[in-house]
Amino acid sequence: MTNREAPAGVAAGKGKTGLIIAAVLVGALLFFPSFVPRYYVYLLATILVTVLLANSLNFVLGYGGLLQLHHAVFYGVGAYAAALILVRTSWPFWLGMLAAPFVAAFAALLIGWFCVRLRGLYFGMLTLALGQLVWAVVYRWYKFTGGDDGIHGVPVPEWLSSINAAYYFIFFISTVSLAILYIIINSPFGLTLQAVRDNPARSESVGVDIKRHQLAAFVLSGFFAGVAGVLFVVLERSVSPALLFWNKSAEILIMCLLGGMFTFAGPLLGAAAIVVISTVVGVYTEYWLFVLGIILLAVVLFLPQGILGFLNEVWCKKQNKGVRGLDVGSCERNEVF
Amino acid sequence: MSSQLLIGLSRAMLLFIVAAGLTLVFGVLRVINFAHGSFYMIGAFLAYTIAFSLGSGPGGFWGALFLAPLAVAFLSLVMERFLLRFIYKREHLMQMLLTYSLVLIFGDAVKMIWGTQYKSIPVPESLSGSFIFLGASLPRYNAFLLLVGPLVAVGLWYLLTRTKVGKICRATATDREMVDALGIDSTRIFAAVFVLGGWLAGLGGALIAPTVSISLGMDVSVIISAFLVVVIGGLGNIWGALVSSLILGIGEAIGVLIWPQMAIVLPFLITAVVLILRPSGLLKSVW
Repeated sequence: MTNREAPAGVAAGKGKTGLIIAAVLVGALLFFPSFVPRYYVYLLATILVTVLLANSLNFVLGYGGLLQLHHAVFYGVGAYAAALILVRTSWPFWLGMLAAPFVAAFAALLIGWFCVRLRGLYFGMLTLALGQLVWAVVYRWYKFTGGDDGIHGVPVPEWLSSINAAYYFIFFISTVSLAILYIIINSPFGLTLQAVRDNPARSESVGVDIKRHQLAAFVLSGFFAGVAGVLFVVLERSVSPALLFWNKSAEILIMCLLGGMFTFAGPLLGAAAIVVISTVVGVYTEYWLFVLGIILLAVVLFLPQGILGFLNEVWCKKQNKGVRGLDVGSCERNEVF
Repeated sequence: MSSQLLIGLSRAMLLFIVAAGLTLVFGVLRVINFAHGSFYMIGAFLAYTIAFSLGSGPGGFWGALFLAPLAVAFLSLVMERFLLRFIYKREHLMQMLLTYSLVLIFGDAVKMIWGTQYKSIPVPESLSGSFIFLGASLPRYNAFLLLVGPLVAVGLWYLLTRTKVGKICRATATDREMVDALGIDSTRIFAAVFVLGGWLAGLGGALIAPTVSISLGMDVSVIISAFLVVVIGGLGNIWGALVSSLILGIGEAIGVLIWPQMAIVLPFLITAVVLILRPSGLLKSVW
């Protein structure tokens, strides 16, 4: 669709700036709990969970180009799997934590198996229908899932019980997960996936098995959403069907859109922004959804490429002022951040 | 059993009225309007306000049934002219998210205007009570719905296949550029269809108002049902919507009898099965 080859100046800047920003961020986050009150530690842990969730969606949505409309399902399935294992079995904690994302990935395999046969809107519709099917079962199966009451008081081991310990656990797992996602996106598999997104017909004609790549991406994103679900349980020690209702999925989508869907850091920014804004707005008014609606409306109308997408474009154009043969399109999906 | 079936059938009619608007808008504009459910909810709340300001006589209900859908149609005209028409060229996701932003805004706006308390309006006297039909007891109001549903279907059929406007609508759905090339302003057709869709949603809301407690959250529950109807029937196909609302309405009525706890799962299950067997829905996408 557009010329994906980055101009020389941009390519050089990309790795370095990003790496420095990431290192500074990680360092800051590492020392954060020593300086601030408990509540902010909790808030930051929530942000870290949400960030991982948003990025796992962006993997299929932004990089895979798949219209995944019900991503929260895998978040919820991961969280429920972790909670159920901890409450109902005598498995050790770490085994439960390890198994839950695989349950989410398996759910993604089942749903994805049917969905990847469809394209575009129909794909989105089927993810929505099947996702709501899972929600309805969780919502009504009182004996197993606790129905609309959810599950409360999930036992977490002693060493994880303080908020700071939970914070470091979440920080470690989500940072590692994000790093893995980043590596996957820039691996041959990830690049092929982006090629499929940009030009399915051409990819197919050079021998790429489109559906297989899309299914693999779907399962991987389900896995990482499941990891986020596990982290949610560690933080909140409870689960409820609201975790996998479709408006949760819409919320994650909005995060990706706000930050910028075709960038890696965009969903990070979007997720952090939405969590912070919702907390701040929630203090003053009960009409948080109204505010969210206005934000979404403004982004769709005026900033469709998201905050980082917009900054990238500005930066790229400035860097390449006067470079000959650079068409406008080549700045469109350029990743600096 | 058979009275359960008849009630399911009347629910199916209501579902059809709402879903027909959604599928019509998708068929012509290619936009999935999540705010359709909000229109339905606003229709119900407006029916409440109108019915009570017109007094408790029979005029209240009929006045609300006439005025509320018109008001919602006007609201949808405003939405189309001031927001939607700027994003027709964007990708599906953006269009969907724009309509979703309005779901959030309308939802809280309704909360600000009408509050969080449940509202209800009485069934008019001429339609209250029930009678025996085919050996089953059927509430009069449900019988009324059973009449209105087919009436709306026939009306839409006439409009779309027997009038010039309807022909232009179908032509726009098939090939918009060609319609433009023939000197017809397709954006006005878009607006007209969107308004008709809004009117249908408002009508659905006003019709259901006497049978349920009018509350926040109606928008989300109805949009999902309507969504399933549209997907099963084939996107954009009104007759598909009719067939699939019958399937879902009757299926749910039977499901409640057999396994009440899991009846909520049934519509999603039916949708999943249909989409797996026939990925593009029961009937072809465009008429």
